[in-house]
Amino acid sequence: MAGYKPVAIQTYPILGEKITQDTLYWNNYKVNVGDNEGGGICVYANFSSICYTLYALTENCTRKIIFLLFKCTDLRSFRAVHTVDFTADKYHVVSGADDYTVKLWDIPNSKEILTFKEHSDYVRCGCASKLNPDLFITGSYDHTVKMFDARTNTSVLSVEHGQPVESVLLFPSGGLLVSAGGRYVKVWDMLKGGQLLVSLKNHHKTVTCLCLSSSGQRLLSGSLDRKVKVYSTTSYKVVHSFDYAASILSLALAHEDETIVVGMTNGILSVKHRKSEAKKESIPRRRRPAYRTFIKGKNYMKQRDDILINRPAKKHLELYDRDLKHFRISKALDRVLDPTCTIKTPEITVSIIKELNRRGVLANALAGRDEKEISHVLNFLIRHLSQPRFAPVLINAAEIIIDIYLPVIGQSPVVDKSFATSRTCRKEIDYQRELLETLGMMDMLFATMRRKEGTSVLEHTSDGFPENKKIES
Amino acid sequence: MVDEETIRVVRCGGSELNFRRAVFSADSKYIFCVSGDFVKVYSTVTEECVHILHGHRNLVTGIQLNPNNHLQLYSCSLDGTIKLWDYIDGILIKTFIVGCKLHALFTVAQAEDSVFAIVNKEKPDIFQLVSVKLPKSSSQEVEAKELSFVLDYINQSPKCIAFGNEGVYVAAVREFYLSVYFFKKKTTSRFTLSSSRNKKHAKNNFTCVACHPTEDCIASGHMDGKIRLWRNFYDDKKYTYTCLHWHHDMVMDLAFSVTGTSLLSGGCESVLVEWRDATEKNKEFLPRLGATIEHISVSPAGDLFCTSHSDNKIIIIHRNLEASAVIQGLVKDRSIFTGLMIDPRTKALVLNGKPGHLQFYSLQSDKQLYNLDIIQQEYINDYGLIQIELTKAAFGCFGNWLATVEQRQEKETELELQMKLWMYNKKTQGFILNTKINMPHEDCITALCFCNAEKSEQPTLVTASKDGYFKVWILTDDSDIYKKAVGWTCDFVGSYHKYQATNCCFSEDGSLLAVSFEEIVTIWDSVTWELKCTFCQRAGKIRHLCFGRLTCSKYLLGATENGILCCWNLLSCALEWNAKLNVRVMEPDPNSENIAAISQSSVGSDLFVFKPSEPRPLYIQKGISREEVQWGVFVPRDVPESFTSEAYQWLNRSQFYFLTKSQVTAPLKKAEESLPTTPFYFILGKHRQHQDEKLNETLENELVQLPLTENIPAVSELLHTPAHVLPSAAFLCSMFVNSLLLSKETKSAKEIPEDVDMEEEKESEDSDEENDFIEKVQDTNNTGLGEDIIHQLSKSEEKELRKFRKIDYSWIAAL
Repeated sequence: MAGYKPVAIQTYPILGEKITQDTLYWNNYKVNVGDNEGGGICVYANFSSICYTLYALTENCTRKIIFLLFKCTDLRSFRAVHTVDFTADKYHVVSGADDYTVKLWDIPNSKEILTFKEHSDYVRCGCASKLNPDLFITGSYDHTVKMFDARTNTSVLSVEHGQPVESVLLFPSGGLLVSAGGRYVKVWDMLKGGQLLVSLKNHHKTVTCLCLSSSGQRLLSGSLDRKVKVYSTTSYKVVHSFDYAASILSLALAHEDETIVVGMTNGILSVKHRKSEAKKESIPRRRRPAYRTFIKGKNYMKQRDDILINRPAKKHLELYDRDLKHFRISKALDRVLDPTCTIKTPEITVSIIKELNRRGVLANALAGRDEKEISHVLNFLIRHLSQPRFAPVLINAAEIIIDIYLPVIGQSPVVDKSFATSRTCRKEIDYQRELLETLGMMDMLFATMRRKEGTSVLEHTSDGFPENKKIES
Repeated sequence: MVDEETIRVVRCGGSELNFRRAVFSADSKYIFCVSGDFVKVYSTVTEECVHILHGHRNLVTGIQLNPNNHLQLYSCSLDGTIKLWDYIDGILIKTFIVGCKLHALFTVAQAEDSVFAIVNKEKPDIFQLVSVKLPKSSSQEVEAKELSFVLDYINQSPKCIAFGNEGVYVAAVREFYLSVYFFKKKTTSRFTLSSSRNKKHAKNNFTCVACHPTEDCIASGHMDGKIRLWRNFYDDKKYTYTCLHWHHDMVMDLAFSVTGTSLLSGGCESVLVEWRDATEKNKEFLPRLGATIEHISVSPAGDLFCTSHSDNKIIIIHRNLEASAVIQGLVKDRSIFTGLMIDPRTKALVLNGKPGHLQFYSLQSDKQLYNLDIIQQEYINDYGLIQIELTKAAFGCFGNWLATVEQRQEKETELELQMKLWMYNKKTQGFILNTKINMPHEDCITALCFCNAEKSEQPTLVTASKDGYFKVWILTDDSDIYKKAVGWTCDFVGSYHKYQATNCCFSEDGSLLAVSFEEIVTIWDSVTWELKCTFCQRAGKIRHLCFGRLTCSKYLLGATENGILCCWNLLSCALEWNAKLNVRVMEPDPNSENIAAISQSSVGSDLFVFKPSEPRPLYIQKGISREEVQWGVFVPRDVPESFTSEAYQWLNRSQFYFLTKSQVTAPLKKAEESLPTTPFYFILGKHRQHQDEKLNETLENELVQLPLTENIPAVSELLHTPAHVLPSAAFLCSMFVNSLLLSKETKSAKEIPEDVDMEEEKESEDSDEENDFIEKVQDTNNTGLGEDIIHQLSKSEEKELRKFRKIDYSWIAAL
C-alpha cells in the first residue's frame, strides 16, 4: 500500500548564472595586486616555466629586455619586435617584428640563424612548439598563421584566419593550433593539414590574447570588450567569464592556475591569486554512532527454520510533513512560519499554505492565534504578497485572515500596524500602472511591425502580470 | 459456429468486482466474486483468474458456498435462477428456476434443502426475504417455486441481512430499526433507534449488520460511524447495546471473524479496523488501503480476510493484518476526463484510474498492468473537497513521451493548472517526469496533441485553451557540458480573434496543424507557424476535429455541437460534403483511413464507419448502446483478421472499443466478429436483416454529398469566407448576381438527374448566407438524394428507391 506522499514543494528556476564547478573554480581568486608599470601599457605577459616569475612586457621596456637577451649589434634593424619565444631545445629564440620578418636566433652566439620574409604585414604573435625544436608558428596582420620549420627555410603550413591575427597558441600536444583575431577564436587541426576545427565568436570586440589552463582542459581568451572567457577544450563552449575594468591586452596563467594575470589598456596589471583551500576542520564533528550500530542485525544469515519478516524501510519525512501526516495542521503551519524557514525558503511556507488550502483547512489553521503568532503570519504575508509567484496563494490566505480577525481589529497596536499597509498597496498599484504602460508601448511596436497579412500572429508577450493585489487597510 | 460473418458488440472487460461481498472457498485457495453476468474464480495466492463461470443471463447478485458440499457454489441472478456450480472445474451442475428477480442469496448450514433470497414481488421498492426450497432432482433444470416468506420490508442490500448463531435467528436492518426473526419461535422482535431531527441522532440510520457466529450478539453499523453491539435481544424490554466509535463517516461493512473474537469494520477512511474482544480500547488498524472499503468478508478457515474497494479491487489480507494479494480490475469510480488512449508500447488502454493516477489496462488479459502516479500528492478523502483532477493526457512519439494536464478550480478566478511531460525510460521501463509547467495557459486546456509524424525529428506538442490561445511546445536541448538534458519550452503562441480554442489536431505527416476556435477552423503551417486558411461553417462550436489519413490525408473532418459533420478538402480549401449527424465520438483508425463516429439520439447510440473521401458510410450499426457513449478508441490488432465482406473490412486491422456513460451496467465493449450464439447475436442478427433491406436508403439519407459549389468561384468564395471578413452586402451584390448569370449557362449543359425533386444548384444560388444554406442542405438530407450516389445506381435500383421513398419514413424518426 502506498505510503504518505510528502507535500510537493514548488520549485522555481534560479535566475542568473548557474553555479557549476567551473564557476566555483574560476571565482576562487582574490584580488591583491594592482600594478602599474610606470604608465606603460602591458602588451605581453608570460610566466617563465622555470622560475615561476612573471615577465611583463610594456611598450617602454620592450627593447631593454631584448638588449638584455641578445646584446647584438644590429639591433637597429629591429623595428618593434612584438613576439619572442624560446624553441623547445632552449638554445634558440624566435622573434617576429613589424618589418614583416620572422627570425630565428641562436642564443649562445647571439646570431641570427634564419630569416623568413613570408608575411606581408606586421608579425604580432608567435609560438614555438614544445615538442619539436624546429617548429614554430607565427601570426600576422596579413590574416595568416604560418608554421615554419627551421630545417626547410620556408613555411610548411599556412592557414587563413580571416582577420588580423592577434594571438596564436599551440596545444601542448602540438596537434591543435588556436588563433585569435578580430572577434574570432579559431581552432585548427594541424595534423589534418590545417583544417578549421571550430570557430568561436563569443566576444564583442577584438580578441587580443589567448592562454591555456595548466591542465589543458580550459582555454582562456581576453578581449578588448573587457572580458576573459573560459572555454572547455572538449566542447568549445563558454563555461565561465571574467569581467575587468578595461580592455584586455595580455593574459597569463601561472603554474597550476595559481595566479591569473591580466594586463589592461589603462596600464593596470591585475594579478589575482587563488585562495588557499583551507580545510575547514575548525568545528570538531560530533561523534557519530559506530558502524556496528548501523549494520546491527542486518548481516544475520537466515537459518533453516527462521521466518523472515521484512519491514519496509522508513521514509524520511520533513517535520512539517510529519505534522501533516497526523493532521496537526496548526502545528505544521507554525513550523513553516518560523523565521528560519520563511527567510531562507519562503517557497516551503507557501507550498504548505497551498496544501492546507487544498485540504480545506486553511481557515482552521489560521484561526485562534494570539498577537505574536498572527503578527508572524502577517509579516510573512506583507513581505511576499507582491511577488507574482506567491501571490495567488497568499492573497487567498490574506483574505481568510481578514475575514477571521476583522472583528477583533483595533485591540492590538502591533497587529494594527501590520494591517495598515496602504503604502505597499500604493507602491504596487504604481508598479502595475507602469507595467501596463510598458505593455501598451510594446503592443504599439508590435502593431507597427506586424506583417501585412490578415493573420493575427501574436508573438508571446509575457503578460504574466498578477492582478492588482490589495489588502484592505 | 456461425457461418456468416457478423459484427456484434461484446462486453469485453472492466467488469465490476466490488458489487457484492467476495466469498472464499473452504480451503481459502480460491476467492469468488460476482462480475456482471459472470462469477469469477480467482486464486488467492497468485491473484490470477482461474475460471469465469458463464451462464446467467442477467446481473449476478449473490454467491454462496453450498454448506453441504464445499466444492460447490450457489449463485443467484436477476434473471430469476439459482445455479449450482462446480468451481474447481468451472462446470454448471444445476439450474433452479425461481421465476422472480433475486437480489441476494444466503445459505444456512442447518436448513439443508433450502436457501434464502431477497425478492421483490409487488411494488418495485418493497423487498422480502424468502426461503426457497430447492427440490432434489437429477435433471439439469429444476423449477423451484416453493417460496416461503420470512421477513418483509427489508433493505435491498445483502449487507442489511445477517443470519446468526447457526441459523437460529436472522437480523435485518432498515433505516432506523433492527428486526430479528427467530426461526424456532417464528416471532419478530423490532428495536428502533431515535430518529429525531436534532443533531445528535440525525444520522442514526443503520447501514449494515453482522451476527456473531456463536454468541447471541448482533453488530450494526450506522451512518454516523458508530458500531452498536446488541445483546439480550430475546427480550423486547431488557435488550442492551454498547457503542464502538472510531469511524468518522458511515460504516460501510462489518464482519465477525470465524471464532467471533474480533470484529472487522471499514468505511470511506479506507482503513480496516479490527476490534478485538469487542471493546473500544483493543483495536488494530490496517490503513492506506487506497479507496473506500465497500465489503468485508472472512474465509471459513479463518486465515484470510478480504476487502472489496470502491476502486474495483479486492485486497486479500492475512489474519495478522498484512495485505497479501490485490486483485485489481478496471478502476472506474470517477468520471473519465482523459478519454481512452492506447499506449503505443504496451498496447494497453490508458485512462483515469485512482485519484491522480493514470491506469494502464491490458485489454487482452482484462487486467490492470500498472498505475502511474501523475499528481503525486496525498489524497485527502473528504466530502466537498475540490481535488486536483487529471484532465488531459496524450501519448506522443511512439510512446516516448506522455503529456498530462491537471487542474483544480476552486472559484472562477482561482485556477491551478499544471502540465507535466513524462519521458519513457527504457532502463526502468516506466515514465519519468521530465518537465513541469505551471500555468501553461490562463484558462482550462481543452485539447492536447502531439505531432506524431514519423519523420519529425523534434517532438512537438500543441495545447489549446479556453483563454483563446494555442501554444506550441517543443523539446529543446537543455544540456551543457556538465550534463545532458532535454526540456520542453514554448515555441509559438497563436490566436484567432480571441476566440476560445477548442480543439487541435496535426495532420498525419505533421505538416499542418488544425486548430478550431469555436466555430472556425484554422489551418497552420507547422514549420513557419503561419495561418494558411480558415474554414467556417456557422454550424455551432466544433466538438471534434481530425485529419484524414493515408489516401484521405487531404481531408479534414469536423463535428459540431449542432449535429453537423463537415468534411473539408484541403487542396481546394472548400467544403467537400456535410451531413447531419449528432456526433458524440469521432475516432480515426491509426491503421487505415477509416473514421468511426458515434452519434447520439434519444433512443441510443449508433456507430458509423466511413472514409472521408466518400460521404457514404462503409458500415452502420444502430443501437450499439442504449446509453450515451462517452469515449471510443481504435485498438490495432496484433494479428490482422481477413473479413471478406466489404462492410466489415474496417475491422481487419483494428478493433473499436467504447465506453458508455453509466459504467455500471455496460462498461467496456468491443465490436468484434461473433463467436458463439448469444442473445446479443440474435438481436443483432435480426436487426441486420432488417437493415440490409434499407441499407441503400439509409446511406443516402444519412450522408449526402454537397452540390459542387466550387464550380462557381464567386459563390464558393462568398460561402467559404467567414461572415465577419466579408465586405458589405451592397458591395457583393453585383458580383454575386453576375456570377449567377454565368453559372446558369454552365449549368444548363450539365446533367441533372430527373428524380431529384429539389435542385441543389438552385439552393446553393439562392442561399445568400451560410446559415440559410446549411438549413437547406439539411432539408435535402431528409428528402433529396445526392447526385453522386444516383450515378452509381442502376435504373432498377432507382425505381426501387423511389418506391422506398414513397413507402416508409417513419423509422427515421426513430433514429
